[in-house]
Amino acid sequence: MSANGVPPTHHTLTVLVENRPGVLARVAGLFARRGFNIFSLAVAPTDDDRFSRITVVVDVEPEVLDQVVKQLDKLVNVVEITELAPSDSVQRELLLATVEASAELRGQVIELVGVFEGRILGVGSDQLTVCLDGAPEKVNDFEQLLRPYGIVALQRTGRVALAKLNR
Amino acid sequence: MKLDGGQALIKSLEMEGVETIFGLPGGAILPVYDPIIDSPIRHILVRHEQGAGHMAEGYAHATGRPGVAMVTSGPGATNIVTPLADAYMDSIPMVVITGQVPTFALGTDAFQEADITGITMGVTKHNFLVTEAQDIPRTIREAFHIATTGRPGPVLVDVPKDIVDPNNPRSAMDWYWPDTVDLPGYHPVTHGDPAQIRRAAELILASQRPVIYAGGGILKARAAEALRELADLCDLHVVTTLMARGAFPDDHPMALGMPGMHGNYTAVTAMQQSDLLIALGSRFDDRVTGKVDGFAPEAKVIHVDIDPAEIGKVRRPEVGIAGDCRLVIEELITAVHDLGGPERQPDRSAWKSRISGWQETYPLTYAMSEPGDALKPQFVLETLRDNTPDDCIVASGVGQHQMWTSQHWRFNHPYTWVNSGGLGTMGFSVPAAIGAKVGRPDRMVWSIDGDGCFQMTAQELVTAASERIPVKVAILNNAYLGMVRQWQEMFYEERYSEVYLSPDLPDYKMWAEAMGCIGMRVESPEEVLPAIEKANQIDDRPVVIDFRTDAREKVYPMVPSGLSNDQIVVDPSQGQGGR
Repeated sequence: MSANGVPPTHHTLTVLVENRPGVLARVAGLFARRGFNIFSLAVAPTDDDRFSRITVVVDVEPEVLDQVVKQLDKLVNVVEITELAPSDSVQRELLLATVEASAELRGQVIELVGVFEGRILGVGSDQLTVCLDGAPEKVNDFEQLLRPYGIVALQRTGRVALAKLNR
Repeated sequence: MKLDGGQALIKSLEMEGVETIFGLPGGAILPVYDPIIDSPIRHILVRHEQGAGHMAEGYAHATGRPGVAMVTSGPGATNIVTPLADAYMDSIPMVVITGQVPTFALGTDAFQEADITGITMGVTKHNFLVTEAQDIPRTIREAFHIATTGRPGPVLVDVPKDIVDPNNPRSAMDWYWPDTVDLPGYHPVTHGDPAQIRRAAELILASQRPVIYAGGGILKARAAEALRELADLCDLHVVTTLMARGAFPDDHPMALGMPGMHGNYTAVTAMQQSDLLIALGSRFDDRVTGKVDGFAPEAKVIHVDIDPAEIGKVRRPEVGIAGDCRLVIEELITAVHDLGGPERQPDRSAWKSRISGWQETYPLTYAMSEPGDALKPQFVLETLRDNTPDDCIVASGVGQHQMWTSQHWRFNHPYTWVNSGGLGTMGFSVPAAIGAKVGRPDRMVWSIDGDGCFQMTAQELVTAASERIPVKVAILNNAYLGMVRQWQEMFYEERYSEVYLSPDLPDYKMWAEAMGCIGMRVESPEEVLPAIEKANQIDDRPVVIDFRTDAREKVYPMVPSGLSNDQIVVDPSQGQGGR
């Protein structure tokens, strides 16, 4: 782990693609075919409805990353690829989790959510559904601290990222 | 102008300058076949869709123009997957049109439905599923643009039946022809980076033991003349890979022939001992490098390729130049002059004499057969080579016969060698030869095939006979899957598992005649030349000669799989090589 908690083999690529059917399959298929490891993947349209943005975190050595980028760039529907170093970008991830929260432990869970500035989205008789968005390492920490209470279901979105602004 | 989608599709192909379609109709593509009757485009009706694909490839190999194939949905489409994969590996410009079930039936497991865009995603440069008739001209324009620019490759266009069927209102469209293509993610590089080109020129001028490692990209870029100019200017030796045979004339004094697993000793060893490899349109394929760690250990590398992803994929170059081979070589020639010209180069006479020493000690060789023994395949090839025009086009299948042909033929003209390199597709030869002959009817075209390969696609000789495409086929019939037999002999203790085919089942002469060809059988050396001369006279139908060859003959030299090129095994008569 490096100083900011991101393993050195994780590389965040933001990939602008044409918004056409099958583009995600092309990208995912390329990774599968060439044996590149995807750590996380998030896709959504951009402000321009001709394009979508894929944020993909790949788990490869730097020399392999060069091949990943070049192979991705060969896909006709891929318009632009940028690698975002953690220090030069803002990265966010959303976590949803339903955790066990019996009457005697519920207070602790609510306190934890408060400390992390998360939110309670749902309350059951002995479970809570909670939500947190933040930098990936903060989300990791939150998940670790929730775990002892008993996670019933958990969903993370994968990272999305944009380059930091120049000042 | 109002057209239906089928008419628009054929008209779009006409606009692209298509002269020939290789294909076979079926239910889903039926509406597109109707306007073919009224089109000047020649359609060649194949007997199996794989044949259509390889014919389109052979056509593209021989002419440089994109080959076009058209087949129906489902099994028609899946039958052409192998040619697509073949064209993808060898960077052949090709456009394949497939029929598809109507848009409303997509994804329902309809009759003859196959997700062909999904299936071929990994074996095409790009593919399209067209869903609106109005999109047909634009898509065809884009398909040809992608297939023929940058690193060429196959493009598939999948066309659902409802958008081409005149009985369906969804097929109505207003005709247009786009002047330009709008592909925001597709910008092939062409000109190399001037600073890198200058560095490359400096490396060439300083090198003691340079070798040009010319690949198929030279042919794709129409760069054979530029290559020769560079080689002559700087007095550089040239190896031509399997995909580049013909890109540099074999009779040129600096030609070293083919490198690689079955390359000749000098080509392999010159690369191994080189201090500068100038890789032009080649991709450091495992069949060329052998064990990568042991490949050309002292060489610096200049790597020129139009596909940036090839640069550094296998071997990290000292100078990588992404660009079109012809343009980069021309720029390189200018840079050499700017830097003081070839006069600046060191004296390379010691290197040259080492190379000619290897050529004298380890020429390609074989033992001539004893009277009464089976023919030597190399003898058949040499006789054929010496009794066909210098610009004869040769198409081979995959295996021993392919390696022998590449080794023993003298290729002095570009675009005279048609073969399946990357994918190694058995059965390629016969249909590819037919496609080449359609593209170059002025040339003599010989298919040199193995008996195993021939049995995979021979039915296309029916196509050739009925369409009057007079190709000639030489089967080197050793009654075995010969290359597999060779590996079993050398590496599996002569345990021959499932490689015997029989010399006379099928009876190739009768089979050829049943398909409308002239059939001949040749068993002894003195019959070889008369049979070839007879075949060369026949120009109204295909000819097949069944040459009965020696099954024990092996392809030498050979670098055993997984070993370094230093461990090349030469012909037994030359000992174990060594330097």
